[in-house]
Amino acid sequence: MKIRILYFIFFLNITISVSSNEALNESQIHKNLRCLVCQGQSIADSNSEFAQTLKMVVKDLIKQGKTEDEIYSFLSDKYGDWILYKPKFNYENFFLWSFPYIVLVFGGLIVFFLIKKQQKKT
Amino acid sequence: MQNIIKLITVFILVFILTIFYLSLNRSSNYDTKFLVGNKLADIELKALESEKFFTNNDLKNNNYTLINFWASWCAPCRIEHQFLMILSKNENIKILGVNFKDKKINALNFLEELGDPYYYLAMDSSGKQSVNFGIYGIPESILVDNKLNILKKIIGPLNEKDLEEIEKIIKS
Repeated sequence: MKIRILYFIFFLNITISVSSNEALNESQIHKNLRCLVCQGQSIADSNSEFAQTLKMVVKDLIKQGKTEDEIYSFLSDKYGDWILYKPKFNYENFFLWSFPYIVLVFGGLIVFFLIKKQQKKT
Repeated sequence: MQNIIKLITVFILVFILTIFYLSLNRSSNYDTKFLVGNKLADIELKALESEKFFTNNDLKNNNYTLINFWASWCAPCRIEHQFLMILSKNENIKILGVNFKDKKINALNFLEELGDPYYYLAMDSSGKQSVNFGIYGIPESILVDNKLNILKKIIGPLNEKDLEEIEKIIKS
């Protein structure tokens, strides 16, 4: 009897953890998808027709076993990268992605030279 | 050292001004016209009045097909309907009407009232099929040739200018 109860608890745990993972994934995906007919809202924040449709499509794609990246790729094929809040890294936005690092390197160099200059003075 | 800092400051200023200039000269209206030139996705649309499904093969038999997303509750669809009626008389093109998130009875009443320009009449009651076409509002229309290349995408109601452009494309 004890073993049966343990089995029951074990499978119940698995079911709960799997369903919560799915829910988590789904809401994470919704947050990264722009509602194209709303003013600066993700589909997670919107109840528009478009957002509702997209939520259903995302649910279907998850059920089909698609990964998060595959879902983003499918939707950006249909609506362009604009639908993604976090755009994919490609040659068109290469500069956008690398700009903070360029600034960091340049800033670092300036600080480095300034410190060196100070040291020379002293 | 002073020169390097000046150079970097000038570079950042030029960069910011360039970004502003490019952004101000860019259209901020979002559309999905980038789909023009792409192939139409695999479709499977259920007929509104029967159990039949329309697929890509049905469209390959036509020289040109206009896929029109519409609904009886959509006011701009009423405005564009007259242009669809004109286009339906052209033998070089067939119109596939996709009734979007609508009630069948309302859709049929709409067509009875304004006329039926559709050679194929399909339904997308959940709206999920529309995502395959990159639709984000209705009415929207997609012109494809017999190889299912997307030739034109019209977002919003068809107007006289669109009609002329479509007629020009299907004539050639």
